[in-house]
Amino acid sequence: MKSKSTHIEQLHKQYIESLIREKRIVRTYQLFIFAFFFSVWELSSRLEWVDPLIFSSPSKIIELLLTKIQDGSIFTHIGYTVFETILGFILGTLSGTLLAAILWWSPLVSKVLDPYLVILNAMPKVALGPILIVALGPGFTSIIAMGAIISVIITTIVVYTSFREVDPNYMKVLQTFGASRFVCFKEAILPACFPTIISTLKVNVGLSWVGVIVGEFLVSQQGLGYLIIYGFQVFNFSLVLMSLLIIAVFATIMYQLVEYLERKMIKSSNQ
Amino acid sequence: MSFLRIQNISHTYFTKKSAKTALSSISLDIEEGSFISFLGPSGCGKTTLLSIISGLLNPSSGQVLVEGRPIQEAEEPLIGYMLQQDYLFPWKTIEENILLGLRILNKSNEISRKKTFRLLKEIGLEGTENQYPKQLSGGMKQRVALVRTLAADPKLLLLDEPFSALDFQTKLRLEDLVSATLKSFGKTAILVTHDIGEAIAMSDTICLFSSNPGQIYKQISVPEQLRNLTPFEARAHPEYASLFQTVWKELENLEK
Ligand SMILES: Nc1ncnc2c1ncn2[C@@H]1O[C@H](COP(=O)(O)OP(=O)(O)OP(=O)(O)O)[C@@H](O)[C@H]1O
Ligand SMILES: [Mg+2]
Repeated sequence: MKSKSTHIEQLHKQYIESLIREKRIVRTYQLFIFAFFFSVWELSSRLEWVDPLIFSSPSKIIELLLTKIQDGSIFTHIGYTVFETILGFILGTLSGTLLAAILWWSPLVSKVLDPYLVILNAMPKVALGPILIVALGPGFTSIIAMGAIISVIITTIVVYTSFREVDPNYMKVLQTFGASRFVCFKEAILPACFPTIISTLKVNVGLSWVGVIVGEFLVSQQGLGYLIIYGFQVFNFSLVLMSLLIIAVFATIMYQLVEYLERKMIKSSNQ
Repeated sequence: MSFLRIQNISHTYFTKKSAKTALSSISLDIEEGSFISFLGPSGCGKTTLLSIISGLLNPSSGQVLVEGRPIQEAEEPLIGYMLQQDYLFPWKTIEENILLGLRILNKSNEISRKKTFRLLKEIGLEGTENQYPKQLSGGMKQRVALVRTLAADPKLLLLDEPFSALDFQTKLRLEDLVSATLKSFGKTAILVTHDIGEAIAMSDTICLFSSNPGQIYKQISVPEQLRNLTPFEARAHPEYASLFQTVWKELENLEK
């Protein structure tokens, strides 16, 4: 008996060791790909296998980044873009959820609006950019509007669908206590759909980046999207690629934050 | 005058393709403190009738009076409706679940809360207050749902197959518990069930329903000797077996 249990312990230890080993291998390869990609890029640019004017090189990008950090200008641009994205993302999600609540509240409104939602959802929202700029002025109001508008309709549709799928018997339970429609919404519908709302957050984060960058292309005043368009116009591709890398880093950070939030919320909602 | 008067209720469900008459001229008087069972084939409109009595559904015609007044006009929660499944809110703790009715009715105070916790204790679930429904077994959840329904202190209880999802032992135990609880508080109750034995063991009167359209086919009154026993004891009584036969035969006639 005793020897059997020590045997199992040993197997368990081996299993954990194999997991650790595997993780190490995966990390090594990931690092290798990273290093390989950037060194090949650097090398081919130096040896002029590719046109250094177009493809720049990691060292030039870092050099540029350092000067931009020294004069502080990069922080303003990052600040603008991140601020616009967060605001667009929150606005899009909140107003989408609010719209969904209105649709749920009034079945008549939802029936009337149904075809319009379908059309709006099918339409590429960035095409609205020029109209937004004319309507709201070429400033960050329009950019935030772009960041929000791109996610609002899909959020509305997804959240409304999940509102409708909540088991009506939960509402019956509340109604037997004389609950109003508002109480039913607050006590049953909204909490039941919390997981869905959180998972739309993840999608919306990505969408808002698209909206904001396109908005900055069009407005062309500030932000990382502006740097890309500007760099393109003056043929400074180090600037374009640097902005691109910064966007990649910040988009990833934001996505990870939302994912962390999701894990937390889901955990607390179904302990 | 009777506590609950069901007067000439008919109900028809309309859909695009069809109109289905679920209930046709149902009339029934129920005295305060009595226990009625609805027994009948699937689809004969028992759940529909409960929904109408509870006020969740408006009948096509007829009316339901509780203490002489339409149910919608009552300011107190006269009716507690326990649905076929427990429908506890999974994101709320047991405590939040059982206090839900009091909170919605704005009747949550020190005394009513204490009373609710005492009920939870009596039903054998002390110490589960901070757990979530999914940590409990099916029978425990059913009991919590019962506490939630009773906590609001309704005068009339509507129970839609509350024991159907339980194993036999738990079911017998809960029958005794519910019966004792209702008796001690003097509540009026209507129980929907498919189980003839359960109907006999628990109730004072059994209403047999026929279907297409749903109607009351017959009312059978349970003899005095059985009424005074607990459901478990009643099942062992000789009268029980003979009443079982009677009800069984009636149900067979019904199908013809
Ligand atoms: N929302 C609805 N729309 C249309 N028809 C309905 C609806 N609800 C019930 N019905 C119909 O009304 C009839 C009675 O249904 P009900 O649910 O009241 O039966 P029941 O006696 O409770 O059956 P069971 O014992 O299976 O629970 C059935 O024929 C059913 O098809
Ligand atoms: Mg039913």
